[in-house]
Amino acid sequence: MKLLVAVKRVIDYNVKIRVKSDHTGVETANVKMSMNPFDEIGVEEAVRLKEAGVATEIVAVSMGPAPVQETIRTALAMGADRGIHVETDVELQPLAVAKLLKAIAEKEQPQLIILGKQAIDDDSNATGQMLAALLGWPQGTFASKLKIEGDTALVTREVDGGLETEALKLPALITTDLRLNEPRYASLPNIMKAKKKTIAKLTAGELGIDVTPHLTVLKVEEPPKRQAGVKVKTVEELIDKLRNEARVI
Amino acid sequence: MTVYRAPLRDYKFLLEEVFDVGEIAKLPGYEEATAETFAAVLAEGAKLCEEVLFPLNLPGDAEGCRFENGVVRTPKGFKEAYDLFRQGGWTALAADPHYGGQGLPATLNFFVSEMVASANLSFGMYPGLTAGAVEAIHQHGDEVQKKTWLPKLIDGTWSGTMCLTEPQCGTDLGQVKTRAVPTDGDGVYRITGTKIFISAGEHDLTDNIVHLVLARLPDAPSGTRGISLFIVPKFLATDDGARGPRNGVRCGGIEHKMGIKASATCVINFDDAQGYLVGEKNGGMRAMFTMMNAARLGVGLQGLALGETAYQSARTYALERLQGRSPTGVKFPDKPADPLIVHPDIRRMLLTMRAYTEGGRALAAWVMQAEDKAHRLTDADERAANDELVGLLTPIVKAMLTDNAFLVTNLGMQIFGGHGYIHDNGMEQLVRDCRITQIYEGANGIQALDLVGRKMGQHTGRLLRRFFHPVDQYLRAKMSDPALGEFALPAYRAFGRLQQTTALLAQKGLVNPDEAAAAAAEYLRAFGLVALGYVWTRIAEVALAKRGMANGEAAFYDAKLATARFYMAKLLPETGALFASIGSGAKPVMELAAEAF
Ligand SMILES: Cc1cc2nc3c(=O)[nH]c(=O)nc-3n(C[C@H](O)[C@H](O)[C@H](O)COP(=O)(O)OP(=O)(O)OC[C@H]3O[C@@H](n4cnc5c(N)ncnc54)[C@H](O)[C@@H]3O)c2cc1C
Repeated sequence: MKLLVAVKRVIDYNVKIRVKSDHTGVETANVKMSMNPFDEIGVEEAVRLKEAGVATEIVAVSMGPAPVQETIRTALAMGADRGIHVETDVELQPLAVAKLLKAIAEKEQPQLIILGKQAIDDDSNATGQMLAALLGWPQGTFASKLKIEGDTALVTREVDGGLETEALKLPALITTDLRLNEPRYASLPNIMKAKKKTIAKLTAGELGIDVTPHLTVLKVEEPPKRQAGVKVKTVEELIDKLRNEARVI
Repeated sequence: MTVYRAPLRDYKFLLEEVFDVGEIAKLPGYEEATAETFAAVLAEGAKLCEEVLFPLNLPGDAEGCRFENGVVRTPKGFKEAYDLFRQGGWTALAADPHYGGQGLPATLNFFVSEMVASANLSFGMYPGLTAGAVEAIHQHGDEVQKKTWLPKLIDGTWSGTMCLTEPQCGTDLGQVKTRAVPTDGDGVYRITGTKIFISAGEHDLTDNIVHLVLARLPDAPSGTRGISLFIVPKFLATDDGARGPRNGVRCGGIEHKMGIKASATCVINFDDAQGYLVGEKNGGMRAMFTMMNAARLGVGLQGLALGETAYQSARTYALERLQGRSPTGVKFPDKPADPLIVHPDIRRMLLTMRAYTEGGRALAAWVMQAEDKAHRLTDADERAANDELVGLLTPIVKAMLTDNAFLVTNLGMQIFGGHGYIHDNGMEQLVRDCRITQIYEGANGIQALDLVGRKMGQHTGRLLRRFFHPVDQYLRAKMSDPALGEFALPAYRAFGRLQQTTALLAQKGLVNPDEAAAAAAEYLRAFGLVALGYVWTRIAEVALAKRGMANGEAAFYDAKLATARFYMAKLLPETGALFASIGSGAKPVMELAAEAF
């Protein structure tokens, strides 16, 4: 069984995000970049499936300018077998990514595609769903547990009422939630081996996909600064404020 | 609260922008060690250090090691962390691929070790000592010894120690008393004696511990010429390399000490233990010497590493802690007070910390690159030239970086005020942990004697010329550069005085050795400060060139320039006082009679 995992290069989760002074986006120069944490979970899950003898090959895909190759290498060091890099300098939005992944899925014919439920930079939470729709595949989003039985994927999801388990017929797509697994640290020998694994380079044009953005970013701003609080003298005053000023009760 | 994020950007700056890391990949055997390899390995190592080792640092200090019925227990979490470290292949990084190592360059190992020590110096001691044992066996052991011991030491299932110190001797190892008696077995001896202060001498991280022990044969000449080196394992190895029966090695207790409390410092008793001679009979000290450079450089960077954590923590605190107002008026009117960073004295401390740490790292990186060249260049003369540069600068890296680091960690604590003195905030631990780096692996005073008494005169000053010539050429060429002159000129002036002082000291030292010895520590410091002046000039040169074309990174390069300026203006002038003091000769320190103290 072949697996496709999508990995995105994002600003590291530890970095304090700063908005660019011209409000066109956030500062990315001299900022540490890493693999989107949900995608790391996706790669880990794929590697575990391979270690369990369920999967036979893992293909890691990423898109963007040349440095995203580092992110693909990280996936290779964790255990993916080969990479695909769609090189583009265009800022990619979820629909464009979904279309590119669809084109790659049609070439590669995987049985299962794993994506993070969202990327921590734009928090769109859209690519997986769009891709499943484009492919006409069943989707199991926010997976916190995954089991493959024959040609069925059993996906457990954390929903408000408790746990929900869905059976998806393969080929299928899942998006990962935080509790699916704890990603491993790549070992030194595997980092060295990853250097020798291949990363195929493609362009959007070769895949026949138009990646022109459909959304325009008007302005990026810092969230408003928190105002200083006020001290209330009595419980009555507090209730009054909650009721009439904050209107929360 | 202390914080630590691996300084990956600074590593990249040094590797790719200041010192051409590409040169390392040109060395035979290091073809894989490209800039991308460095980046990938450092990024993954950083994760492990930040997420696994660093969180164990403060609790490890509070809990310390425990000694119960002859066994040592490391603090909670250390065993799990060690297993992750070992399984990740990190113990094998620089070791020979022939025995399971990854065969990566010393330069890369240096940065990884720095991250480990920044995150948790105590933890780093265990794999650090093993690496020393691996090197000793690799360089001096015979093929059987290598096959028996190296694979398990390199993959970290077993660990190693260096057993030199005894109650009556630390610096002066000529006094070693531990005895080695030959047996009928070829190369097999019976070892008896007591070693003290043995780091990682006993612990629960690995299922065997391989001691490298200095001991004396029955017919050995006295002093350092009569010392031999032995492998003495806690458990013997079976013929197929598995763990065999227990050997006569017991831990007699652990020390209660100032810092690195999670690193077990042990009394190790050898009682008729089976040991195997490594290298020549009576050649133990020579064998030790060949490994000493690496170990001393390693300790220098332990200090550096703690300085980095102290700086990052103090900077974060200074930006957040609101206290007082700037002397030139309110800077943050929306806050109840200005953050500490507005205060000139806080800035002085932070910049001192930063200039010593980043400059020290650059100096050490330069030396490590020379170390790789010394091992791998094909041309024997070039190999020797690099080896001599490393030999010359090793005592400086060891002593100056650790002296600076003690100052730096102390300033870090100062910036935290009273909160720095409180254990739970982690800053005082850095000071305590740092203190040992000035003492072990040759106390810093001994480093100074090594520089003045051995390195300076070797081959009629050839080692000195390995540093003086390139530095002279470089600074002289840059002095009149309109932009760089600001840095190169003060560095060159201090360098000129260093040359004069060197000549003076060599001359006076020949007549009266006390003259050289009395000035040694100050000379080493002045030398080190000049070396930092040189590397800060090189850093400034790159920063000046890159600043214009840096897309969005101008701030990074501007910070380098500002720190370089601070170094030249505020720290390098210490050399003036040092040269004056050296000039006053030995009399002020030798005049008072011993009984009068
Ligand atoms: C935490 C810790 C861990 C250690 N780990 C190890 C280990 O793993 N293995 C090991 O073998 N040892 C280890 N040591 C021992 C350490 O290396 C020695 O303590 C050190 O070498 C100094 O020796 P000493 O304590 O006997 O001091 P001494 O040799 O008595 O020196 C005392 C002072 O006198 C100075 N001095 C000595 N001789 C001279 C001289 N000729 N000229 C000028 N000044 C001189 C020294 O610089 C020092 O300042 C460890 C020590 C500690 C505290």
